[in-house]
Amino acid sequence: MIETDILIIGAGPTGLFTVFEAGLLKLKCHLIDSLPQAGGQCSEIYPKKPIYDIPAYPEILAGDLTDRLMEQIKPFNPGFTLGESAVDIDKQEDGSFIVTTNRGTKHKAPIVAIAGGLGVFEPRKPPIENLSNFEDKGIEYIIKDPEFYRGKDVVISGGGDSALDWAYFLANGVAKSVALVHRRNSFRGHLDSVQKVMDMAENGQLNLITEAEVIGLNGSDSLNEVVIKHKTQGEIKLPTDHWIPLFGLSPKLGPIAEWGLNISKNSIEVDTFDYSTNREGIYAIGDVNTYPGKLKLILCGFHEATLMVQSAFARIHPDKKNVLKYTTVNGVNGF
Amino acid sequence: MEDNIIKVTVIDREGVSHELEAPTDMNMNMMEVCKSYELPVEGTCGGMAMCASCHMYVESDTILPEKSDDEEDMLDEAFFVDDEKSRLGCQLHITSDLDNLIVKLAPVG
Repeated sequence: MIETDILIIGAGPTGLFTVFEAGLLKLKCHLIDSLPQAGGQCSEIYPKKPIYDIPAYPEILAGDLTDRLMEQIKPFNPGFTLGESAVDIDKQEDGSFIVTTNRGTKHKAPIVAIAGGLGVFEPRKPPIENLSNFEDKGIEYIIKDPEFYRGKDVVISGGGDSALDWAYFLANGVAKSVALVHRRNSFRGHLDSVQKVMDMAENGQLNLITEAEVIGLNGSDSLNEVVIKHKTQGEIKLPTDHWIPLFGLSPKLGPIAEWGLNISKNSIEVDTFDYSTNREGIYAIGDVNTYPGKLKLILCGFHEATLMVQSAFARIHPDKKNVLKYTTVNGVNGF
Repeated sequence: MEDNIIKVTVIDREGVSHELEAPTDMNMNMMEVCKSYELPVEGTCGGMAMCASCHMYVESDTILPEKSDDEEDMLDEAFFVDDEKSRLGCQLHITSDLDNLIVKLAPVG
């Protein structure tokens, strides 16, 4: 069991900065994030995009902002549970919470701060009626172990780097056959990746089907055929053992929506005094919360985190006095 | 067209038409116009052509700027794409050229 003072759900900029403000009050933090890396949207969606409204940074790339935040919180030695999403929350008799992830990792803390942004990033699922019948029975949204596909017939959908790179990799002596299905004639992946796949298609090592999409699935216990709609050739039926649709990730609020918190428009309602939710000991900060006048800005998330940890301190140490200390006076004393 | 105001029509997913007024001098786009009228458009990424949650079909013969590579790339990750009509609302900037535009919100995948 991982134990900490403040359990932060979401390792985006707001969650990361919470570690700093909590650290100044000698509170330890642990972060859970469904993505395999810290940074949230900044690292997952737009690491190379410049941000212009971070005070004192006329321009900073979202990926660099993440790196700077990680550097800033280093003295406070936060713990991370990455690549796992928070699923269950149980209140204990002593008032603390145990939060369990989808992989069963348990975390105990007197304070839970939800900094979940837009929610958990999940693979975008194609809108095909019987899709769920074949999930993990021939359909995988993420390739965990390429060996799983050795000697198998595989169909991949998508036009990005992951679709191109996996098609290339699996067609290179791993899978028995690989077909890559894509909506357009052109690909958005790196030129190098595109060229490699084009070359393979020309040599007959890979079946490249463009201007087409998978619209149907057939099979009994497991998938054995995809139905492809081609722009000019109409329907094509292609026998296969696996279909791997790679259409990127999109965020969903997910299990947190079931935690008994007041939700409005996919966001958690909070009291702007300290960003507390309707459940004592649970706070919500950053893009995940809502209140009159809410703006979804990183800047506002930082402010919310700062006020929130003051309230968290009072809850953890009801008898201790706390005064605002300036870092210019005391410096940053890590632990 | 009034000063700096154009009219656009948005057909929601229930088929209801909403006639909206959009200002041309506020640096807005169709995703933001829909959101400002509380129509069900997510605009998850905030308008960077990085999420496809503002996917819509252009139903009028309005002449629009060509799709950028970024927009084309993002439409690859969307579903129910119509090569002739599909656009990302966030990439349709409100200018006088868009007066009388009609769009229909794409289904949510």
